[in-house]
Amino acid sequence: MEIFNFLQYSFIQKAFLAGSFVALSCALLGVFLVLRKMSLIGEGLSHFSFGAIAFGLFLGIYPFYVAVPLVLVGAVLILKISEKAKVYGDASIGMVSVVGIACAVILASLSKGFNVDLFSYLFGSILAIRDIEVVFSIILSVIVIAILYFYYFDLFSATFDEEYSKTTGVKTEKINLVLTVLTALTVIMSVKVVGVMLVSALLIFPATSALQISNNFKNTFIFSGIFAILSVVFGISFSYFSDLPAGATIVMVNAVIFFFCFLYKKI
Amino acid sequence: MNKKNILEIKNLSIKYGEFLAVDKVSFALEKGDFIGIVGPNGAGKSTLIKSILGLLKPSSGEINFNFDSKNIFSKIGYLPQKTQNISNIFPVSVEETVVMGLLSQKKFPKFFNKEDLIKVEKVLKKLKIGNLSKRLIYELSGGQQQRVFLARALVSDPEILIFDEPSTALDPKSRNEFFDLLKTLNKEKLITIILITHDTGYIGSYANRLLYLDTKLVFFGDINDYCKGEKMDSCFEKSDKHIIWHQHN
Repeated sequence: MEIFNFLQYSFIQKAFLAGSFVALSCALLGVFLVLRKMSLIGEGLSHFSFGAIAFGLFLGIYPFYVAVPLVLVGAVLILKISEKAKVYGDASIGMVSVVGIACAVILASLSKGFNVDLFSYLFGSILAIRDIEVVFSIILSVIVIAILYFYYFDLFSATFDEEYSKTTGVKTEKINLVLTVLTALTVIMSVKVVGVMLVSALLIFPATSALQISNNFKNTFIFSGIFAILSVVFGISFSYFSDLPAGATIVMVNAVIFFFCFLYKKI
Repeated sequence: MNKKNILEIKNLSIKYGEFLAVDKVSFALEKGDFIGIVGPNGAGKSTLIKSILGLLKPSSGEINFNFDSKNIFSKIGYLPQKTQNISNIFPVSVEETVVMGLLSQKKFPKFFNKEDLIKVEKVLKKLKIGNLSKRLIYELSGGQQQRVFLARALVSDPEILIFDEPSTALDPKSRNEFFDLLKTLNKEKLITIILITHDTGYIGSYANRLLYLDTKLVFFGDINDYCKGEKMDSCFEKSDKHIIWHQHN
């Protein structure tokens, strides 16, 4: 069928491949973040990554090489500020988030040269993804999914009842750190797919849609993963045919899926 | 450690910053003891059991267990107070909740097998909630939820069970059923039970030992001695005193 001819383009294939892996890791991680009321950590870290990307562009280095270590530092900062200082978690996310944006604005002002490049990261460019970025996304996604798989029950127990999980020998501080580090990695990958402004959508929407219809924790994961991949496939396809921005279209497909899940639950 | 004792606490002190919550407490429990821990609000009761559970580090003193297994986590079952706080969006089934009680027996990578699920099925049947295994936990009544959490505490075959105000969310009928269940576990399986409760009547009915804590240890011993002793007058209101004494005799 002619309608499927667009699948032969390598940029579409790469977008499907990288987008699906990234969305899947976001969706699985998102289940834990949403249930732990930590959804906005993705928002905070994506804003922080904007500063890190600006720093990479400022130095003339491939931005993601700089963003990975810096966003990991940002993630640990969020955790430590709320643990050590007299600050609640949401305030610590806000603090780290605005520092990232402020750094980006200052660096953009100082450089007077890379503003166009920098602002392309605001809304993502999955259709322009490079081979190296596809490989990078797949490797990081596989690492994230593998860690989630091996720590699944520890994460589940600590998410459901942190105090009780400690009494069964779960090292909850370590689990919190693992979760934060994984969030940092997925945020960096997602910036290329949907951009800094829309990263939270990939973390929050599939999980919240799955929560509407699932009848146990395991199914929540399965539905969340399926919705994430569907949103990438349909989002990229719609954006190709209607000449709309891919990242924003993926987010809108997620919103539609949530709407139908919500309706299904009500019926 | 005395071989008859399952738990020995020596000179245990616990501080929150500069605030001394538990001051030089010492006592020992034997296998099959049922101990009621009582005392006024802020007396350090929850702090004491959190320390026994490994949730709080003592400032000084010792907590020693005498279990068959070296894995202390799997030999202590815990039923926390807060069943009323279960989120109504957390999609966790009864089976998934109870199997968490077996995490203490697992090493990395922690996965559950068929045998584990059979253990879960058995404990649910024993507590007469086998028909609920696939139900979402937030859909259950307070009494049913309490049984699920008791199942989670029991599934690892513990030698000590610790309860912090277990009856807060229960109606009187469920409360009686719950305490009868504890009595059966205590008598038939010789599980040592440590219970914090404000339901003073239940202490008289079920416990054989009593510990009165008010930061320091005010009384620890056989409940008979306590009822007959003068200390009861200073520790309880007249109505509570009557209830404990009446239930106990």
